[in-house]
Amino acid sequence: MTPQRLLSLLKGVVFLVCLLPLGLLVLHGFQNNLGPDPIVTITHGTGFATLRLLVITLAISPVRHLWVRLSWLIRFRRMLGLFAFFYGCLHLLTYVWLFSGFHLSTMIADITKRRFIMVGFTAWILMLPLALTSTKWAIKKLGGKRWRALHRLIYISAICGVIHYWWIVKPGVRTPMKITVVLAVLLAARPAWALLQARRSGARAPERA
Amino acid sequence: MLIKKAADIPSSEITPQSAYLNRRTFMRGAAAMGILGLGGDGISKLVAPRRTVAADSKLTTVPSPLSDKGETVTPFQDVTSYNNFYEFGVEKGDPLHNAWRMKTRPWTVTVDGLVKAKKTAGIDDLLKYRPLEERIYRHRCVEAWSMVIPWVGYSLSEFINWAEPLPSAKYIQFLTLEDTKTMPGLYQINLNWPYSEGLRMDEAMHPLALLTFGMYGQVLPNQDGAPVRVVVPWKYGFKSAKSIVHVRFTAKQPHTAWNDEAPQEYGFYSNVNPDVDRTPWSQKTERRIGLPFWKATQPSQMFNGYGDQVAQLYAGMDLKKFF
Repeated sequence: MTPQRLLSLLKGVVFLVCLLPLGLLVLHGFQNNLGPDPIVTITHGTGFATLRLLVITLAISPVRHLWVRLSWLIRFRRMLGLFAFFYGCLHLLTYVWLFSGFHLSTMIADITKRRFIMVGFTAWILMLPLALTSTKWAIKKLGGKRWRALHRLIYISAICGVIHYWWIVKPGVRTPMKITVVLAVLLAARPAWALLQARRSGARAPERA
Repeated sequence: MLIKKAADIPSSEITPQSAYLNRRTFMRGAAAMGILGLGGDGISKLVAPRRTVAADSKLTTVPSPLSDKGETVTPFQDVTSYNNFYEFGVEKGDPLHNAWRMKTRPWTVTVDGLVKAKKTAGIDDLLKYRPLEERIYRHRCVEAWSMVIPWVGYSLSEFINWAEPLPSAKYIQFLTLEDTKTMPGLYQINLNWPYSEGLRMDEAMHPLALLTFGMYGQVLPNQDGAPVRVVVPWKYGFKSAKSIVHVRFTAKQPHTAWNDEAPQEYGFYSNVNPDVDRTPWSQKTERRIGLPFWKATQPSQMFNGYGDQVAQLYAGMDLKKFF
């Protein structure tokens, strides 16, 4: 098999795996097996999928830096990011539909009053321009530099997502800790890598002279 | 009522409890290995949610005029697999997974504080103290879900009369079991253990406040607060302390666990009130457990619908301030 064929095959597999959280929800929905509190099952299912996919998307760059042989992972980043946005939309839809019953006034009152909704909504809004500029055409149009700068919004979006999680659990509950630590490591990896690169080139400089 | 004679089951056929428990431990281990194999317990819970509960001994009850009529009772499976009992873990399914380790015999409840004399009662004496009534109550959690549960017990006032508090006693405090050997949740969340809850004396003496030993006609399953708990149906669920070992009568308002943790969110009174939401989420509606997702949401009621009976307890009080 050519590397190109292998890559498209892998892409297909990853695509199906990304659909799994939704597939399971739909399957259990039809079996009437979403648990005692189905609305919460759906809300948590889509919310966790969003956060996990965001974190996986953010893991690709550090992994590529650490193992150059895994550089091809970059080919999966757009798909993973778009799936994060897709689950973010579904998560937002559970709120708009199942919690607010499509009542705009309820939602506006909620967004202004409840900080966990405000920060969650911010996380979604920040993903929106990234999803819209995910095409090759948009990259060309914006230019690589500006496109990269814009897409750094994912850092803020992911941080907002984790804060959203902390603000919805009861005080004292530490379940969001795991994903917080993972995100913190992935975010810290970026300046750490840059620093390391700067030091390396700094150390080499006298030799060159 | 037909009671099967013990002689109908030859003793040779009765599984020794230790073997039964070992079997459970084995299955738990096997399940855990399965979970690791699947690579995440979130997935395994979605694929095969654990919804089995061992049946327990029956209780004989008499009907009660204080029981709700016309409500659809929530399935037993849901009430026993989806609840909060933080001593056994912070997730809704944790109590079912972990509470079987708790030993509910022997069990005593100690009464002290402002009482004539300190007393201790064995659980079996408490069970026999008054006829057990079946009371179907709505149960409203502060997390905005609700159930309808047929509890078994008698009015807390009967117990208080037995305890003989002094006239100076203005509050009652419930302290619940804190056992690090059987309760993994004690390490998961840093509440002010042991769990403490309390009521004003007139609230506790209200006939709706129930000293509860069972539900669905049988002994309380461990995860629902065995062997004895209180149920205060017009307040959020966390006011109804489970697995009580110690009752204290006080002159001053006792400290309570969730109020210690977040006083701005969980007030001492914590009456169900759709107009006051101190929590990050709204209290205007609730999700009735056991209904499909497109039918589950319904409006919440002041005092959880028990306003006719209990509103006079709070006459003249600003319920936005004393939330």
